[in-house]
Amino acid sequence: MSNDRRKGFITKEILRDSIKESFVKLNPKYMIKNPVMFIVEVGTFITLFLTIFPNAFGETGSNLHLYNGIVFFILFVTVLFANFAEAVAEGRGKAQAESLKKTRKDTKAKLIDKNGNIKIINASETKKGDIVLVEAGDLIPNDGEVIEGLASVDESAITGESAPVLKEAGGDFSSVTGGTKVVSDWLKIRITATPGESFLDKMINLVEGASRLKTPNEIALTMILVSLTMIFLIVVVTLYPLAKYVGITIPVSTLIALLVCLIPTTIGGLLSAIGIAGMDRVTRFNVIAMSGKAVEACGDVNTLILDKTGTITYGNRLAAEFIPVGKHTEKEITRFALISSLKDETPEGRSTIELANKLGVQVNADEYKDAEFIEFTAQSRMSGVDLKNGTKIRKGAADAIKKFVMDLGGKIPDDLDKVTTKIAGIGGTPLAVSVDKDIIGVIYLKDTVKPGLVERFERLREMGIKTIMCTGDNPLTAATIAKEAGVDEFIAEAKPEDKIEAIKREQAEGKLVAMTGDGTNDAPALAQADVGLAMNSGTTAAKEAANMIDLDSDPTKILEVVEIGKQLLITRGALTTFSIANDVAKYFAIIPAIFSIAIPQMNVMNIMRLATPQSAILSALIFNAIIIPALIPIAMRGVKYRPMKAEALFTRNILIYGLGGMIVPFIGIKVIDMLINPILKVLNLG
Amino acid sequence: MNWKQYTVALLLTNGVMALLVYIIFRFQSLLGFNPNSNKAMEPSLAFNAAISFITNTNLQHYSGEWGLSYLSQMAAITFLMFTSAATGFAAATAFIRGIAGKKIPGNFFVDLVRTITRILIPFSVVVTLLLVSQGVPQTLTPNQTVTTIQGNLQDIPLGPVASLESIKHLGTNGGGFFGSNSSHPFENPTPLSNLIEMLSMMAIPGALVYAFGLTLKNRKQGWAIFASMAMLFLMSLSLAYYAEKSGNPALTNIGLNQSMGNMEGKEVRFGIANSALFTTITTAFTTGSVNNMHDSLTPLGGLVPLWQMMLNVIFGGEGVGLMNMLMYAILAVFLCGLMVGRTPEFLGKKIEGKEIKLIALVILIHPFIILVPSAISLLTKQGLAGITNPGFHGLSQVLYEFTSSAANNGSGFEGLIDNTLFWNISTGLVMFLGRYISIIALLAVAASLASKKPIPVGPGTFRTDNALFTVILVVVVLIVGALTFFPALALGPIAEHLTLGH
Repeated sequence: MSNDRRKGFITKEILRDSIKESFVKLNPKYMIKNPVMFIVEVGTFITLFLTIFPNAFGETGSNLHLYNGIVFFILFVTVLFANFAEAVAEGRGKAQAESLKKTRKDTKAKLIDKNGNIKIINASETKKGDIVLVEAGDLIPNDGEVIEGLASVDESAITGESAPVLKEAGGDFSSVTGGTKVVSDWLKIRITATPGESFLDKMINLVEGASRLKTPNEIALTMILVSLTMIFLIVVVTLYPLAKYVGITIPVSTLIALLVCLIPTTIGGLLSAIGIAGMDRVTRFNVIAMSGKAVEACGDVNTLILDKTGTITYGNRLAAEFIPVGKHTEKEITRFALISSLKDETPEGRSTIELANKLGVQVNADEYKDAEFIEFTAQSRMSGVDLKNGTKIRKGAADAIKKFVMDLGGKIPDDLDKVTTKIAGIGGTPLAVSVDKDIIGVIYLKDTVKPGLVERFERLREMGIKTIMCTGDNPLTAATIAKEAGVDEFIAEAKPEDKIEAIKREQAEGKLVAMTGDGTNDAPALAQADVGLAMNSGTTAAKEAANMIDLDSDPTKILEVVEIGKQLLITRGALTTFSIANDVAKYFAIIPAIFSIAIPQMNVMNIMRLATPQSAILSALIFNAIIIPALIPIAMRGVKYRPMKAEALFTRNILIYGLGGMIVPFIGIKVIDMLINPILKVLNLG
Repeated sequence: MNWKQYTVALLLTNGVMALLVYIIFRFQSLLGFNPNSNKAMEPSLAFNAAISFITNTNLQHYSGEWGLSYLSQMAAITFLMFTSAATGFAAATAFIRGIAGKKIPGNFFVDLVRTITRILIPFSVVVTLLLVSQGVPQTLTPNQTVTTIQGNLQDIPLGPVASLESIKHLGTNGGGFFGSNSSHPFENPTPLSNLIEMLSMMAIPGALVYAFGLTLKNRKQGWAIFASMAMLFLMSLSLAYYAEKSGNPALTNIGLNQSMGNMEGKEVRFGIANSALFTTITTAFTTGSVNNMHDSLTPLGGLVPLWQMMLNVIFGGEGVGLMNMLMYAILAVFLCGLMVGRTPEFLGKKIEGKEIKLIALVILIHPFIILVPSAISLLTKQGLAGITNPGFHGLSQVLYEFTSSAANNGSGFEGLIDNTLFWNISTGLVMFLGRYISIIALLAVAASLASKKPIPVGPGTFRTDNALFTVILVVVVLIVGALTFFPALALGPIAEHLTLGH
């Protein structure tokens, strides 16, 4: 899917479908949902009428047919452009939904009845509570919980991630999604969703935009746009008698042109496209947002609650240093740590070998071929090797090793505790290494912060977003990682309730909180948070409580999602500002044009020096129409966003979209005027 | 009091006072203190006058010296000049409390009484005495009839002028004791009295903006709003002064010297500068008193008071101007604030659908009650009958009358024959709607904001207390407020200006 992101924002199929949709959407029943464009459509009908009956309102003049016809045509195209913008945004979601739908088709399920017999039924016939068997090569018929078995499942249909994931009964890896494929072994699954309501179905609905509701901010903005539209309607309607009083009769089609130019058609036409595209961008990031409101809320987030393990650090403790104790040397500890780990396949063991090799210590593995490997157990809390010659090498938790050595009659070096305390104090895990009854040193295991996070947390701080790290570690360890990663606060020895407490505390201060989670015990916190991002690998409970699901199960992605939310809001604000700022130039094009026939002196206000009144009005109208498709790419991709302080961000955007919004139409209208004036001359208009 | 009770108390109190005053106007001939034996007002005029004064508009379709008894001047006019100003003040304080996050608006009666006793009365006493020192009469003696040098008889109107004059300006009321308002030598005899009157108009509305910053405990926010208003004010003043100083090209064309500027309708003791300044102040602060005839201003000079009232945010009358400007601030935040990547917030409160719905109503109502009645006037015989200068100037006269009513300013372009049933009723309704719809809606906005949980302000928040916001606010006011009226202005003063002398 990441390739998708780099592709152009529109494919041939989407283009074709969108053009078709633009006409379908002309249906007034549909148009009324967008009041601004509905007014334009009404204007279109009136000008169409005036094209056929130019004298209906008692207007006279040469070429009224043609002039009204051109106005009609431009208005018609304006409406089409607005519909097209929405259709393109929807189209991209639809294309994605289509590929998802394919995975849903033709699935069979092996239903296990009460007697344990297997019956083949259609996947769509499975009910909640049914138990099905899924074997290697089968598609999982519906969402469910694994109750027996262990298998690797290819979830690429949903996540785009080709590496299969392991699923087993119990724990946090028991939930499976309909439409994914078992690639090895088998699973018995209890179905948890009724057909048509599975995760896949919900996803299809969401990306298709079928269940899209306007967000609160969109509704409020629409209200302002409607209010502005009504103001300009009053302005234009009253202008007719006002002008009549001073002896100027304004043609109705010109009044409609003025109205359409003044009402915020640009943002009116692009508003829903911006919203759909925002959700689409989240989807392209392989995150499914349950509502547009959730994406909007991301922009408003003040506090991020992040799990340490998996989100901030890799979670694996890796060897970082060998520290000798007693009279032993660094060389000795390095060597024995290496030997003890030769057969240790854990990340700790492997990293120990890597570090030792890096420090230039090598041993001949063949020499220890016959050594007996002692595995780590929860009881012994240590592992190691027993060499052929009877030497027992152990590494493990300091107290376990201490006990082991003392039982053998050994002595504990005086500086051992100092070293281990120091390591724990800086957030590391000390592993003591002993050779028979002698403790020779300590391996310093360190949790590693993911690269790039430090800078990102710094950026978040600049944006005014606070980060809180949650970890089960002791406060000392937590403090060290917190400092290293640069988070603002941390909660050590955190229980699930502590997370909810933290969320509530932040919310009480009026802040919006976002968090990620996967386990069942995260579900209440996910529900409490304003933005809850659940991992797809997580439990069903967690996914249901969240308002977003990350299909790649990468908890760090919450940072990107927040940025997408902000980008969505910025795009909406930028295009609103641009649209309204455009009015200044349009006024200066149309007002002098309307009045200068009767009052020639009015031409001093024609600061763009537009050739003729007709050309001025039509140029403004054409500009007004083509600005909509011209801005579609920005609406789809979102305006460029770099995290920075609100003030800097605002200054930048207001200069581009505010000041730019005032200047661009002056240039645009002038250029169009220069282009169309010769044509109008030929047509005998002006 | 909760928000609803506060609003109801405000409306009921205003209703009772308006009724009382209506009765006084209708029966003034019988109620005494009427040494000049002025007659009772006819119903439509009494309706217009009562609404005019209760709404702090002070549009006068009568001339005080011949239309009002001294009782009416004192018990009706001067009374309402205190209470209507205090009402606007109270509404604004409640509004400020709301957006500052106070859960309850306070008590309307306490606000009303305190405003009168602690601000308006003490200041009025001082200003009255200052005006008396300049020669403004303060007496109950009837009009004097004197024999002029030429041997004609002339009535010299007198009365308790100074006391009315002080509150007229302090309360941004504007209704004159005499028909010719502050250009009358007994209302405004000297350049010093002129200065006192101008400062009186500016004092309270200007101070209120500062008080807003104090209430928020963020003085910079107060200054940011103040600076926006000041920028708009200076734009207007420069244009008015320039236009008047340039004189009338039509008169230049016929060989008259215009080096003094356009002195038609101006008092020689004030000259161009003091007249242009007074005109700009009286329409910015929506007082409505005049020291020169606005009808006689050059077209561009006349455009200034007209467009200031159309905006109705340049300091504005007691409280209302600030409320309107804060409404524009909320609108600016809503339109541009998204560009920081957060849903819009103003002073730590989210701006959502509910507030926006009310604000949408307020920004809609102002052009509605100006443009629609203007259009109706120009379409009806009764409306057209009032116009004395047909053409572009006539259009300006009509626009001015309704704009002045809608903005609760009350200055007249004059020249319009306005004491007719049509004009009394139409402007009466416009004044009423212009005053109360916005007060009710904006108090509801404050109530809604007050009930919201405050959001902490941080580096990610859109700042509204800096120079950038000041500029944005001015631009939003100009685009949303001024462009709305641009076509009408183009047909009125701008067309008149462009064709003058051609």
